[in-house]
Amino acid sequence: MTRRRVVVTGVGVMAPGRAGAAAFWEMITQGRTATRRISLFDPQGLRSQIAAECDFRPARHGLTTDQVQRLDRAVLLALAAAREAVDSSGIDLDALPPEQVGVTMGSAVGCTTGLEEQYVALSDAGRRWLVDAVAPEFLYGHMVPSTIACEVAYQVGAEGPVNLISTGCTSGLDSVGHAVGLIAEGSAEVMVAGASDAPISPITMACFDAIKATSPDNDDPEHASRPFDLTRRGFVMGEGAAVFVLEEYERARARGAVILAEIAGFASRSNAFHMTGLKPDGREMAEAIRVALDRARLNPTDIDYINAHGSGTKQNDRHETAAFKASLGEHAYRTPVSSIKSMVGHSLGAIGSIEIAACVLALTNDVVPPTANLQVSDPQCDLDYVPLQARERKLDAVLTVGSGFGGFQSAMVLAGVS
Amino acid sequence: MSDRTVFTGIGVVAPTGLGTEAHWEAVLAGKSGLDRISRFDTDGYPVKVGGEVSDFAVGDHLSSRISVQTDHWTHMGLVAADLALADAGVTPSEMDEYELAVITASSSGGTEFGQREIERLWSKGSDHVGVYQSVAWFYAATTGQISIRHGMRGPCGVVVSEQAGGLDAIAQARRALSETSQVVVTGGTDASLCPYGLVAQMSSGLLSTVDDPLRAYLPFDRNANGHVPGEGGAILIAERGESAAARGAQVYGELLGHAATFDPVPGSGRPPALKRAIEKALADARVAPQDIDVVFADAAGRPDADLAESAALAAVFGPHGVSVTAPKTLTGRLYGGGSSLDVATALLALRDGVIPPTVGVEDVDPRHRIDLVGDQPRELPLRRALVVARGYGGFNAAVVLGAAQRR
Repeated sequence: MTRRRVVVTGVGVMAPGRAGAAAFWEMITQGRTATRRISLFDPQGLRSQIAAECDFRPARHGLTTDQVQRLDRAVLLALAAAREAVDSSGIDLDALPPEQVGVTMGSAVGCTTGLEEQYVALSDAGRRWLVDAVAPEFLYGHMVPSTIACEVAYQVGAEGPVNLISTGCTSGLDSVGHAVGLIAEGSAEVMVAGASDAPISPITMACFDAIKATSPDNDDPEHASRPFDLTRRGFVMGEGAAVFVLEEYERARARGAVILAEIAGFASRSNAFHMTGLKPDGREMAEAIRVALDRARLNPTDIDYINAHGSGTKQNDRHETAAFKASLGEHAYRTPVSSIKSMVGHSLGAIGSIEIAACVLALTNDVVPPTANLQVSDPQCDLDYVPLQARERKLDAVLTVGSGFGGFQSAMVLAGVS
Repeated sequence: MSDRTVFTGIGVVAPTGLGTEAHWEAVLAGKSGLDRISRFDTDGYPVKVGGEVSDFAVGDHLSSRISVQTDHWTHMGLVAADLALADAGVTPSEMDEYELAVITASSSGGTEFGQREIERLWSKGSDHVGVYQSVAWFYAATTGQISIRHGMRGPCGVVVSEQAGGLDAIAQARRALSETSQVVVTGGTDASLCPYGLVAQMSSGLLSTVDDPLRAYLPFDRNANGHVPGEGGAILIAERGESAAARGAQVYGELLGHAATFDPVPGSGRPPALKRAIEKALADARVAPQDIDVVFADAAGRPDADLAESAALAAVFGPHGVSVTAPKTLTGRLYGGGSSLDVATALLALRDGVIPPTVGVEDVDPRHRIDLVGDQPRELPLRRALVVARGYGGFNAAVVLGAAQRR
């Protein structure tokens, strides 16, 4: 039976630093970092006072004053990325029956920044327990993270299947995997899919402080995110969004679309071990990689680059290094592995989609982005992590992985389309 | 050829009862789970009625080690999952760990837990935020905890489309079964009956402010004036037909079809997409409207939304063309848990050949050209049920369920 192939024809990226996919690609291939002292609120008193922030001016992305007032930052970032994705794909969505167009967005924490802001406003900064004031109508929109998917659907005029996938830090991989499944089974012809998170808020920073997951290197934010480096001290919070236009391959070809990549395989597995802990053997991530390769009908030796989860926590970096060896065997030692979180931080659910964008751009440019800030190698992380400098390399197939709270492990294989 | 998706276990934690049969008895008896909210003092709030799971004591079911690191919504999800797995006779340790998946719906995550920690942060400082906030508040907590509790290492998913989420999660479960999974823990719960959760729900303008628990939520009635918020839901065990047959499992019913659509952008003038969701679900199930014996309605409880639903049903089935029921008048709307519970109730209806009543609705607005089942159950052989759900923002979903094939 021939299966329906799903390809990427448009990319939109709102990553830390300047807006847009081009600026994102330029930054990560130059090895520059967007991590800095938090400016979105006053972080005084927090253990980790640093983050990778987007230089985001909503009006430049066609967003109205009304939208900026009622929508959480995660929604606004998603809308900006969706606009770029649709524009860059050259697709005329108005010419399509709207029921053939769907939306799947991912997000780990949804609109919780707005939820917290409204709590503070309604309870006089927590001084009154009974928050009985009349709340603005958009508060309910903050409570349900599905608002991100709804607003993207309104913007692109989608009337097919619409969903939000919220699997913590693998949301951005899982949402795109979900959308690919919908096209493959025929539930939609075109999907606008990706992920968004805006977690640089007091409560979310504080909750990661409480478990010492984030870096306390407040004196040197530019070099604070150091995946695979022996001196790493945790992840640096990020924010952002990436959105794709996904189409069935024959349809995309028929309209003369520029096909950027094929989503060739996806799988997720769970470690059923601990909400935050990882076993060092990486066996469930390895299983997800094996299944994703199998679905892509590729061999381990076909993988030319691995975009690592690379959060910069000791347990993660060792966990996934073991997973790459277990799934790719000796080929793991010959394959460049890098973590763009060294530059754009860890934007929770969004980062999976931002990393898919990095993979699409890597495939189309034949360039491997580096791991910034990797100066001191960790003897227990003994693969080629592409330190500091980007590398030119012919890329035909690449692997990207995610690992998150809940024990979720996801893997996606992308391939060039000639 | 793709295998069938059957339901082999149900676990209910709902205002109508803790446990599947307790819920089903209450539904058939028309015993309402709505009452004055007791979890906190509602003095000063215009909304006073809710659907609480009043006999739920977490300590009876979960160790304190688990309960302190999870929100009330996850407590109910974990207990419902325990009940569902026991009901299905599934012993996860005897199965291939990668063939066991968990895919739940959640609409609002750990609201009560999150409120408490935000309050601590703003009133006492960041040092007072607890270590479990990061794993209790986020929407994936219930799925993650179920997977850990039962050693399920297959795909994990969390689907969010407000009240439609339960149906979309079941559809995602079917996809997992068509790939490598044999058993999927699916369905969902939600719980936001805490001060901030209620304020946020009130802000939608969709809640009923009627004080009388028996008059507060009256979908399709001339007096419809909003819905009552509830908590809880149902966890379901979806399984490959061949897996269920091989182990001789009980089968409540079968998932025959699903579809999801999204409404046009407000103000576009285009028609709402609920009718299309129903038609597509029927097409997916390869059945005609006359093959459906009962519809479990979304029953928003607002005149405009009720009219939109009854118009869609009349368009598909003909005016008064099919029995329509809304047992959720006994529970309130449970969001991601609500459509999951409707599927559970529909499976029980198919099993026993009885349509549960729509309690409290005495004065149906004649503009609704539907055959709404009144306050008494209707006994008749049931072959297939349609469950409809709509989620805030424009989500529509529909599933077609079939009765178990008699052996």
